[in-house]
Amino acid sequence: MAIDLDILKVRIAPQEDPETDFFWASGQDGKLRFKRCQDCGFYSHPPTPRCPKCLSANMAPEAVSGKATVLTYTVNVQQWVPGQEPYIIAIVTMDEQDGLRLTTLLAGVELDDPEIIGKRVEVRFLARDDVWYPTFVPEGAPA
Amino acid sequence: MSNPERLSFISGVGRSASGRRLGRTAMDLTLDAALEAIADAGLTRDDIDGIATYPGGDAIMSRGFGGPSAAAVQDALRLDLNYLYGSGEGSAQLGSIIEASMAIAAGIAKHVLVFRTVTESTMQGMGGRNPAGGMARAGGFLSQFGAVSATNWFAQVAQLHMHKYGTTKEQLGQIALTCRTNAGVNPRAVYRDPITMDDYLSARMISTPLCLLDCDVPVDGSTAMVVSHVDYAKDAPKPSAFINAVGTAQYGRPSWDQYEDMTSMMAQGVAKQMWSRTDLKPSDVDVAELYDGFSIITLAWIEALGFAPQGEGGAFIEGGQRIARTGELPINTHGGQLSEGRLHGYGHVYEAVVQLRGEAGERQIPDAEVIVAANGGGPIAGAMLLTKGYTS
Repeated sequence: MAIDLDILKVRIAPQEDPETDFFWASGQDGKLRFKRCQDCGFYSHPPTPRCPKCLSANMAPEAVSGKATVLTYTVNVQQWVPGQEPYIIAIVTMDEQDGLRLTTLLAGVELDDPEIIGKRVEVRFLARDDVWYPTFVPEGAPA
Repeated sequence: MSNPERLSFISGVGRSASGRRLGRTAMDLTLDAALEAIADAGLTRDDIDGIATYPGGDAIMSRGFGGPSAAAVQDALRLDLNYLYGSGEGSAQLGSIIEASMAIAAGIAKHVLVFRTVTESTMQGMGGRNPAGGMARAGGFLSQFGAVSATNWFAQVAQLHMHKYGTTKEQLGQIALTCRTNAGVNPRAVYRDPITMDDYLSARMISTPLCLLDCDVPVDGSTAMVVSHVDYAKDAPKPSAFINAVGTAQYGRPSWDQYEDMTSMMAQGVAKQMWSRTDLKPSDVDVAELYDGFSIITLAWIEALGFAPQGEGGAFIEGGQRIARTGELPINTHGGQLSEGRLHGYGHVYEAVVQLRGEAGERQIPDAEVIVAANGGGPIAGAMLLTKGYTS
């Protein structure tokens, strides 16, 4: 059975920003993209117009594998939105680069799983109002 | 070693009423605190030639997170100023006090009124406060994933600290218990009834592993101080809170989720820099007033300031004896923000001054001569070492 990615009752939409619009639209073709320096190969997140490593302005969004490892997480229990069920927020590190991190949601993971830190995960996308929210599920989970 | 910050001292302190839902305006509370601080310094308003505040801006727009702007207070008191400053950036809430100190060291001003005012509790009852307050640097890429509260951001720090170092929930609980015990002898604290470890462990979960008692309590209140040039010390009624060293560093990415070592925080660089500016050492500190917006922040400061090595803070606070008022490192002697209420950093500095003066009554730490006050958590941090006597 497919994992339900729609775990938030209310989604806060990203603000329109020419610097980040590509990120939120990226999932349309099922791929996660980060800005990458076309000169030195360094990925930058959040996106910036110049490479924070070599300062090159030659930056472009590039697709990544979507595979990552959970660095840390929390189970949010407090109902900031009335009726919201508990959900897992995590910071994941993408395989492509040490330190290339994303705060995200985990789906398909038990709330009391004792081994969430270090878990191998991969990206899925929840589409809402022309925004594709990257959400991570256990690696190899059914599509 | 002589630092410019040693040219100034905290000559006066004042505070308004503080508590839950006072229903008074931010300006009303601010003027109470400001006038008390000016009088406490042995000055009149005509002596004040500078104002600095955190975070500045407009109190109404910030939904209780910010007080009145520095300019609004200038106008309310009809002051002519040589210096005015208000910003939510800089070295956390302490940044405004450090700015005052720098303005004095630069010869721009002689007596700077500094203040921090919050009316978050009243705002909670009027349609809600901003979940993340004025933390402008939080930016995007967090709330879109349901990470809407600072509790979520710090919970992930706590989770990783526990995973990496074996820190336990019971150890973290000692911060909350210690604060509550201290609040019991602070008449101005909001929560004074004792709590047990069982109370802590059974408290409502907010965002694992942080429960309700790991989170500070929003209040209304204003805290004010006067920072003066040391030339005034010989005439001041209470010259006993000298600035020995400040920490203002920002090393690493200023980010809630991109900071390299997520078990520590921007506190690391601040502490390193502060200790580099003084001959005093962590072992010289008599009292530590360490920011406790969340319990984990206090633990991070204990490690950053070198009271325990990185990762060993949990073992250091185990059982609570070391950080009790009778211990080797009393912390948050006023009850901290966890139990006195979130005066947002300034409460810790106010308590440091009161302790250095020996005016803390039942909660006084005997012979308190060196106190560190630290503000902020995550990507926001500032620290200050205060001494009872003047150091050249």
